[in-house]
Amino acid sequence: MFSLSTNPIDAALLRQSLQNPGAGALSVFEGWVRNHNEGRRVVLLEYEAFESLAQKEAERIIEEARQRFEILEAVCVHRVGRLNVGDVAVWVGVSAPHRDAAFKACRFLIDQIKTRLPIWKKEHYVDGSSIWVNCQTCADPVSNSNYRPHAIKIEQ
Amino acid sequence: MSASAGKRVQIHYYALLREQRGTAQELLVTSARSLRQLYLELSEQHRFSLSTEKLRVAVNDQLQGWDDPLQDNDRVVFIPPVAGG
Repeated sequence: MFSLSTNPIDAALLRQSLQNPGAGALSVFEGWVRNHNEGRRVVLLEYEAFESLAQKEAERIIEEARQRFEILEAVCVHRVGRLNVGDVAVWVGVSAPHRDAAFKACRFLIDQIKTRLPIWKKEHYVDGSSIWVNCQTCADPVSNSNYRPHAIKIEQ
Repeated sequence: MSASAGKRVQIHYYALLREQRGTAQELLVTSARSLRQLYLELSEQHRFSLSTEKLRVAVNDQLQGWDDPLQDNDRVVFIPPVAGG
């Protein structure tokens, strides 16, 4: 089960949904909002999702985890909206008969969620500036597209 | 009206593109034949900073190739580099 949530994540409730009499292990990953990134002080994160595709893709990812690992239940929730330092941004829980599959599936799910779901994060910094993570750093310098360097003299 | 008169498409923008466009969605009529052509037209008009190599594109909730044809009534979403988690 996957969902996007505008409300704070209730870990106790999610944990209950993973109960299964055949389970001998529960592995949980929580992604928290941290107060710094790449040397800058972060005060707030803003998450945005392309909801219909995120939902479909997440369900595919969970199905893939079920194919790869011997697990019983899997639940992932991702927050959208504004989050403060310390908030849980993403929650992944997996129950399985044995711990090895629970650990591996949990790791697989969070890794795939981070790279495949159409979800974006804007970091707001202590100095009032902000950037969309992974967008600004790889943006092509459009503002420079009309820029022409000084003529380069080619020596014959 | 000839077939080449234009297609009505709905476009959704997210994250950086939404901010650069100044809106989350718009309806427009375009003569663009492919998704690439549509993006390049919009990109030039609104000075988007991301090139097609950095983006993916979805039509009606399915990922598509940039050179796939644009159809009447398509719901197009340009997907900037993701950063979930």
